[in-house]
This record gives sequence, C-alpha cells and structure tokens, in this order.
Amino acid sequence: MTYLEFEKPLAEIEGKAEELRALARKTPGMDVDKEASALDKKAADMLRELYKGLTPWRKCQVARHPDRPHCKDYIEALFTDFTPLAGDRNFADDHAVMGGLARLSDRPVVVIGHEKGHDTRTRIERNFGMARPEGYRKAIRLMDMADRFNLPVITLVDTPGAYPGKGAEERGQAEAIARSTEKCLELGVPLVSVVIGEGGSGGAVAFATANRVAMLEHSVYSVISPEGCASILWKDSDKMREAAEALRLTAQDLLKLGVIDRIIPEPLGGAQRGREDTIAAVGREIEALLRQFDGKDRATLKAERRRKFLKMGAQGLAA
Amino acid sequence: MNWISNYVRPKINSLFSRREMPENLWTKCPECGTMLFHRELSDNLNVCTSCDHHLPISPRDRFATFFDGGIYTEVPVPEPLADPLAFRDQKKYPDRLRSAQKATAEKEAMLVAEGEIGRTPIVAACQDFGFMAGSMGMYVGNAIIAAAERAVERRRPLVLFSAAGGARMQEGILSLMQMPRTTVAVQMLREAGLPYIVVLTHPTTGGVTASYAMLGDVQIAEPNALICFAGPRVIEQTIREKLPEGFQRAEYLLDHGMLDRVTHRQKLREEIIIILRMLLRMPPPVAADLPAPKPVHHEPVAPASAETTPEAPAPAEAAPEAPQTPEPK
Repeated sequence: MTYLEFEKPLAEIEGKAEELRALARKTPGMDVDKEASALDKKAADMLRELYKGLTPWRKCQVARHPDRPHCKDYIEALFTDFTPLAGDRNFADDHAVMGGLARLSDRPVVVIGHEKGHDTRTRIERNFGMARPEGYRKAIRLMDMADRFNLPVITLVDTPGAYPGKGAEERGQAEAIARSTEKCLELGVPLVSVVIGEGGSGGAVAFATANRVAMLEHSVYSVISPEGCASILWKDSDKMREAAEALRLTAQDLLKLGVIDRIIPEPLGGAQRGREDTIAAVGREIEALLRQFDGKDRATLKAERRRKFLKMGAQGLAA
Repeated sequence: MNWISNYVRPKINSLFSRREMPENLWTKCPECGTMLFHRELSDNLNVCTSCDHHLPISPRDRFATFFDGGIYTEVPVPEPLADPLAFRDQKKYPDRLRSAQKATAEKEAMLVAEGEIGRTPIVAACQDFGFMAGSMGMYVGNAIIAAAERAVERRRPLVLFSAAGGARMQEGILSLMQMPRTTVAVQMLREAGLPYIVVLTHPTTGGVTASYAMLGDVQIAEPNALICFAGPRVIEQTIREKLPEGFQRAEYLLDHGMLDRVTHRQKLREEIIIILRMLLRMPPPVAADLPAPKPVHHEPVAPASAETTPEAPAPAEAAPEAPQTPEPK
C-alpha cells in the first residue's frame, strides 16, 4: 500500500497494528486482539475522516495514486474477448493508448483508453499515459471502425495530458487531438466515457467528447494541471492547492456545471483501497449508460451529442 | 547646472511635451530593433518595413484593410455567463477582464464580422491576442459558433484568424469545453458545404490549435508565427534539450506537412480571394473589379493611462510562455 502525503498519520496507526500482529504471531500465547482491533478502529475512523471532505488538491493526489486501477485493469476485469488492435497506419503504435474490440456482457464494443502503467518498466513503456499523435490517430481509426460496424464506443480517460515532446509536436499533436475530438462528434453510435483518474486537458477531451461522461468520485478533469496553473497565474508552482481550488476540477463541481453526467462512488479511502469494487461499479455504470441509447438511431445519437456540447456553459457555480 | 539648463531646457521640453504626443507613436520592432513610425507601420499592416517581421494586429485594424473599402458589419455574439466559476487567483477574474477591456477598448478576445473581400461575400472572425492573450473562453466559443451559424444562414464561407495563448484558465473546464463546441461549429460549415479557411497568426497555441484552428479546409499561416500545442519551454523542460532553430514556427510546420501555405500579410487578402472564389466555383476575380481597399485610419486608441497599464496576458494551458506581451496600441 502506498500512502499519500496526507495519509501519513493513518500509515502510522496501520503500521502499529501490523507490528503488533506480527509480534503476536511470533510469540505464542500473546493476545493482542483487543489492542490491535482498537488500533484498527482508530485507523478506520481516521480514514473516514480524511476522505469525508477531500480538498481538491488531495483529490488530485488520490486521482494520481499509483495503486489506483488503470485502464488495463478495467479492460481485463470487465470485458471478454478483448482483442487489442494496434497502430495508426501512419507512423507507430502508441502504447500510452490501448484499444480494441471487446465484449461487455456479450455485447461487442470498441474500448479505448489511456494506460499509465503500474511499475517503472510499464510506466516508461506507456509513457505515463501521455499520448503522442499516434495514440489519438489510433483512437480515430478505432472509432471509425466502430462507427462502420455499429458498435458502441467506450473510452476510459486517465492521462496527465498529451505528451509535450519534440517528435509529438512535429507530427501534429494539436491536429491529432482536434481530429479525435471531431471524430467523437461525428459518431453515429453511442459514445460513453469514464474519467477513472486524471482527465488532463486536451488529451482527455479528445476521448471524452461523449454522449455521456461519468467520473469516479475522486477523479479530476481540468483544463490545466494545478501545478501548471499555479506557475502561470500565481507565478509560483507551490500554490497548486489554491489553483486546484480555483479550477473546480472535482467530479462534484463538474456535475454541478453540467459538464459530466454521473459520479461513480468509490470505496472508502479511494479506488486504491477497493480495486475490485471500483472496477465492478464502473462496469455497472457503463452498462446502465449504454442502455439509455438502446433503440436510438444514428442521427439522433449524433445530434444529441452535439446539442449537449453546444449548450454547455449555461449553468455556472453559485459562489 | 547653469542658468541655461535650468531655464531654457525646461522651456524647450514643455514646448514639445505640451503638444499631444502619445509615446506610442513609435514602435520598436522586436525582431530587428528598428524604430517604426505608427503611420508607416499601420500602412504596412503592422509588418516591420525593414525585416518583414509580422507584429500583432488588432482585429479592427485587420478588418479595416481586409474587407473591401474597409467596410464590414459586426456579427453579434451571444453574451456568456459572466465568471461561471467565481475564479480568483491573485486577482479576481472580472477585474482581469475589466482591465483587458480598458486596455484594448474591446469587449472580448474575438471579433466577428461580415462583408465582402474582392466582391466575395464572407464571414470573418479574428482573435485578439491583445485581449488576455486571445485566450479561448466561453465568449470566444460563442463567437465562433455565431460566425459559423451566420455563414451557414447566408451561405458564405468563413475566414478565421487565430491568435491565442490557449484556453482561458479562469473559466476552468468550461474553457476546455470550447474545444468540442468550436469543433461542432466547424462541422456545421462542412455539412453546409461552405469553405472554412484558417489563418494562423503569431502565436496560436494550446487548446486553440488543438481544435478549430487546425480544422480548416485550407490552413494558411503568417510567416514565423509560433504554432504549437505544447509551448517550446514546456518541451525543453520535458526532454531536457535545446530545440532546433525555428521549431514550431510556420515555416517548420509547412515543412512537416502541417500547413498548406505560409503567406505574407500583404498578400493574404488577395490569396484568400483567389482560393475562395475557386472553392465557391465563382468566376476569377478581375483586378479592375476590385476597388483598392482604402485604409481606414483609426486614431490610435488612447493609451492606457499609467494606472491601467495592460497587465501581462495570463493565458494558456499547454503553452504558458506565449511570447511577448502585446505592445499597447
């Protein structure tokens, strides 16, 4: 278990309980049940307290938690017959974006998502979930295929943002993102998107211009990272707490703004403390959202999606 | 100090300073350092007369020489919700907006107009880098949608001049949502079979590049314009190496297949007329048919008084280093 900076006091208590139990195992006849469970209770209370009102900056930290389930975990657990399809037919295959054909409760779909990786090797391989133009172009190709064969598209968003690299820029990062957003808006099939961790700026929009967007309770979705915003507007990147506050990047604020449609609750202490439950909840939500489009024709699906985005911004947050 | 410098010099000084002499009569070219007289500069469409560097130009100045005879009518833009997030950094967002309005005498960062160029009816939209770095918020989104709707309604092509540091952070996620919104606007034009020409001007970065500014039927850029998603400084920090000369400039993008053309500001109008008339299957423009546009000289907008010096623009998601602060006009 990796503890976040604000979970330090919790780590201490849980550590103590663990130590006590280890000691009891080594010393036969020693009874620590009472003390240990008292510590457990204290830890549980503290966890509840910590996660009751997470500040926006803490939510960012939870959303980036390395133990949170990532795209690959969801695909493996929720889908059957997943067949990854690779490449943009142009330049390369981007490992920051995974996608392919799969079945969700027997229903064939196309699933696409950002994958961050779970250890040093896979993180480097996946480029920390930061896609290059090839990733967006692969997504465009897969969405196109879904559209031709009338398969719903499911996107899982989890990216710090598009990769700011030399080659990525030379090969048209901006154009690739623009075309991917455009493709989302052209689809005659349902497009359902779930922000499972970080929804980083244009890199997220390129996948999340969907008929329905759901967010996990502690995920974030923003025009810029709090650190980036702080360094531009506060001229001090240490002001990320203030920036996170001002940007209104939490699922709760975005629901009020009408930018997203659903919030999927996370287990107490975040998705990282109940990975299976989180994955199952996301699966149920995707199926429920997809059912809303049963029987709708292609023109309606497209028109509704466009209308939804044209209307956006009509409601603000009362200060 | 003698009596002459105490007495005569102040007299001489006051003689000059009493006349209305705003200090912005001269502009220094940021590229070659030449001092350019304002008349000479505006006659040359704000292009340096000695090194051809393209300085920023306000939407109104651009339209005055772009439309036939400088005649155009503004297309109204629906007013968005003011300050939807109640955003506050070191300053309140409404205060930042107000000082940008004072400094530019414009309401927001985009101007939409209709008129004719070379007797070809068009709708044009122009982004104002001088207004909070041209950043794209809900107003800019509404402006592009209004421009597309007007173009579809009147069956006219749309010419869009982009210039922006990126999305307007003060509108948070709603500025990000302008990427899909403006993309819908482009799709309206496409479905109506109307040409959409984008002129990318210095600088066009971030979410603006990654939406409507890259979706034109024809993509033209002004020389040496910075055009990118992530700005050079962000990239240098990421890859920890120096970027090549001219990286992310218009000519570099042209070489990498990202643009159709790089065109000097003086030739833009003529080129757009020729392209549009072909795309619209209209007869070629006849030179004699085209009244030479009479440059309309606006008196320079009163310079911002000392206490309202236009603040440095605070733009941009991905490209915070949006180049130089715009010169107060």
